[in-house]
Amino acid sequence: MLARRILLRLLQSIPTLAGVAVLTFVLVRVVPGDPVAMMIPPGADDAAVARLYAMYGLDKTISQQFLIWAGQALGGNFGISITTRQAVTGLIFSRLPATLELVTVAAFVAVALGVAMAVIGTRFAGRAGEVVVDGITGFFLAVPDFLWGLAFIVVFGVLLPLLPISGRADPTQASGLSTEFTLIESFVRFRWGITTDVLAHMAMPAVALALPLAAMIARVLKSSLAEQMGQDYALLSRVKGFSRWHVILAEALRNAAIPTVSLTGVQVTFLVGGTVLIEKIFSYPGIGSLAIDAVINRDLPLIQGLILTFAVIFILINLALDLSYAALDPRLRHG
Amino acid sequence: MSDDVLAIENLSAAIRNGPTLLHEISLRLAAGEVHGLVGTSGAGKSMIGRCVLGILPAPVRVTAGGIRFLGKQLVGLSERDRRAAGASLALIPQDPLSALNPSRRIVSQMTDVMRLRLHLSHAEAYARALAMLDEVHIRGPQDVLRRYPHELSGGMRQRVLIATAFACEPRLIVADEPTTALDVTVQKQILRLIRELQRKHGTSVLFVTHDLGVVAKICNSVTVLNAGRIVEQAPVADIFLRPQDAYTQALFAATPRYDRPGDTLRPLPADFA
Ligand SMILES: Nc1ncnc2c1ncn2[C@@H]1O[C@H](COP(=O)(O)OP(=O)(O)O)[C@@H](O)[C@H]1O
Ligand SMILES: [Mg+2]
Repeated sequence: MLARRILLRLLQSIPTLAGVAVLTFVLVRVVPGDPVAMMIPPGADDAAVARLYAMYGLDKTISQQFLIWAGQALGGNFGISITTRQAVTGLIFSRLPATLELVTVAAFVAVALGVAMAVIGTRFAGRAGEVVVDGITGFFLAVPDFLWGLAFIVVFGVLLPLLPISGRADPTQASGLSTEFTLIESFVRFRWGITTDVLAHMAMPAVALALPLAAMIARVLKSSLAEQMGQDYALLSRVKGFSRWHVILAEALRNAAIPTVSLTGVQVTFLVGGTVLIEKIFSYPGIGSLAIDAVINRDLPLIQGLILTFAVIFILINLALDLSYAALDPRLRHG
Repeated sequence: MSDDVLAIENLSAAIRNGPTLLHEISLRLAAGEVHGLVGTSGAGKSMIGRCVLGILPAPVRVTAGGIRFLGKQLVGLSERDRRAAGASLALIPQDPLSALNPSRRIVSQMTDVMRLRLHLSHAEAYARALAMLDEVHIRGPQDVLRRYPHELSGGMRQRVLIATAFACEPRLIVADEPTTALDVTVQKQILRLIRELQRKHGTSVLFVTHDLGVVAKICNSVTVLNAGRIVEQAPVADIFLRPQDAYTQALFAATPRYDRPGDTLRPLPADFA
């Protein structure tokens, strides 16, 4: 049943991806800017310029270009990056793990922090503790992620130099790892020196990404917790003799999580979007910083490949959210 | 009168920086007695129950008076001591759907309190849950224990809650309109069931209701409330034969009489509503 639902959702996402592919293909070609113009050596003759255009297929019409691109893309070949001259597929796959690890860590931080703030605010409802929590979440919401990033660099990178401000790992340390999932691989292979180094590099960008989402989660979760705590089952649990902490954590939290996941789940995709600026700020070698460079250089094949990659990530996140509702709510599981 | 199970003495409660909700409420409940709290909606019936159970809404405070339960003063206790003193208290709530956690199976919602209060093991608590479901006349109790609340009927859910309330042998149960949310036919069964278990276990019950017909069936004595004040307090027979207060008389007039089906229903006069 579950497998069928997943399969159905994946099939439904094919037209979405096709639409995204067509749209970006056309858009990046109609906006002004010429990738080849940037590579032309000074004093090149017209014939040489024409050869360059032909080399990247840019002398053909957009629809011809698209058909050629789509034919190759179906075979997993997304063309050659104009600036780096590397295969787009290989380039993206070498940078994707860094972003996936960053987003995953940021999502964990956001959920942990958001849930903690919501639970504490609920426990001290009507008292000073609640006011403090509301103030903090309001502040976290008001400041965008890239500003947090810049502030962290100033505070923890410059004034109190505690954390590395750029890159993903200390380059002097020979890693000897076989995948780009440095965090996960170093952890499972007991190379914990590398793990802590990678985490130290991730700390500032991940927290910067996480804070606005954490505040969003805290807001929504706290108001649904308040609603749940007013339900008779929560009162009954207290009459039974359980503490408020117990009632919040063991009774109300799970029910409050259902509306929270549906209201804030989509925001997780903002984390992925946020990596574009945050990775650039921290020179973090993921697909976010790759995307900025690709746009600056008008690297059309790379932009095209990256946008499709982002689209696939968004679709997978939405699928995971969908499945999580059923896991949380027994009424949906049987319905 | 130290053998009273519950003695509420001049209890007042108010919203912080706001209106007073309860004015100098006093009432006593002897062991095995059922005491009715009647009055229109908003009179403060549930608020008295919540004072006794120690679950006042956040902005509401006890401002004066006391609640003596089994000889122990409950007002002014710390939250921890309050929880310990509540071991012999239980609640049968108004809405059996919202009183059961939708995401937990019946078994864990029945046994958690036994494990906490009676220190039973998993197996002992499960056995006791089965025995209690048997007491409330539920057939196939093993099956019911496996269910989620939404898979049971309203009457079944209320039976489960009654079984849970009696499971730890409480000395006092607050029943807050336990039949209001149910179908009429189920209401009678549930009322009879509470009466039966209350007699069998010798439990005192503070029975909140707005239905005088229910009071006549189940209560020994009754307190009539209006706008947070006691207007009348007497044994049930006296109230029904000689209601003293104008509000009580109006309440009677507004109660449909099954024995006089021709009567039209009269609303409460505007100054009481
Ligand atoms: N959570 C709450 N916060 C503040 N006031 C409340 C709350 N619940 C009830 N009240 C007020 O307390 C008074 C008594 O309510 P209640 O005891 O629920 O009445 P009822 O007799 O219908 O059970 C009402 O005036 C109501 O507005
Ligand atoms: Mg009420």
